[in-house]
Amino acid sequence: MTYSLADDSLALGGRTFRSRLFIGTGKYSSFTLMREALEASGAEVVTVAVRRVNLSDRSKESLLDYIDRDRFTILPNTAGCYTAEEAIRAANLGREAGLSDWVKLEVIGDEKTLFPDTEALLAATRVLVRDGFVVLPYTNDDPIVARKLQDAGAAAVMPLGAPIGSGMGIQNRANIRIILETVSVPVIIDAGVGTASDATIAMELGCHAVLMNTGIAGADDPVAMAAAMKRAVEAGRLAYKAGRIPKRLYATASSPLQGISR
Amino acid sequence: MIWPRSSRYYCVVKDHLTLVINGENRTLPAVSNVLEMLSQLGIAPDRIAVELNGRIVRRRDWAVTAVSDRDKVEIVQFVGGG
Repeated sequence: MTYSLADDSLALGGRTFRSRLFIGTGKYSSFTLMREALEASGAEVVTVAVRRVNLSDRSKESLLDYIDRDRFTILPNTAGCYTAEEAIRAANLGREAGLSDWVKLEVIGDEKTLFPDTEALLAATRVLVRDGFVVLPYTNDDPIVARKLQDAGAAAVMPLGAPIGSGMGIQNRANIRIILETVSVPVIIDAGVGTASDATIAMELGCHAVLMNTGIAGADDPVAMAAAMKRAVEAGRLAYKAGRIPKRLYATASSPLQGISR
Repeated sequence: MIWPRSSRYYCVVKDHLTLVINGENRTLPAVSNVLEMLSQLGIAPDRIAVELNGRIVRRRDWAVTAVSDRDKVEIVQFVGGG
């Protein structure tokens, strides 16, 4: 039977999604532009950060005024947290503000690379799972850490393709493939996607979804890039399900070798 | 929570209180609870979270949670992020 995207949904944390593209809401020059990009991406899950309210200027509009909460699942992150304790606190603040148990868990280990501190990530995952959170951890491309996160109760694992905001694409495809064979929870590429083909590669490898922010928000035309990413994720998923041909070193003719008129 | 022995005495000498809100000293007319504090600050109560002295105050408890002079308050909301 022919595979159809229409019959394919992603089950994650007790919900199902039609779109396998998750997008961030940071770095847009305006909320209006962000809303247009969200629309063009077809995404159903959007990440947000938790930050202090500006006390001196209360006139500023709220991000959530531009996100239809009936259509989008809000995924608060713990960006900027460098210890398990900070991340746990941020997750709880996000839950209180958003009335949702979902968290994109980040525990950053280093300012320059923004690579995760996987030891602290695991510790925070255990605590938050115990406290009833649906934990989606941003992790490195290490299959052993991925397995430990799954064992700790993470609802998915989200390995980076490359450093956050680097746009370098999937740097270690072999490890991503091993992660896919190692865990049974969804594998979501989080970080490093720079252009549409990067997202397609992630999906062709068999990843269940792709999460990106800078790749769209940082493009010259974010709305057009959001549309490209939507198609790229769909194309990669379709190609993965279709089953690609094996790679061969030499040619195999496409046209019949018999009946050539000479 | 340590209350002054007499709340009347408290009102006489303290018609204002100073809180450390999001790292800044803010002097407000005496407010008795978190909900009143938010109202004084002009902060819409939806889609925010409040932490008082390091502990989250659940929304349903705002009206019954007292704030006192020198309390440390954090008020957060969602912003764009990846």
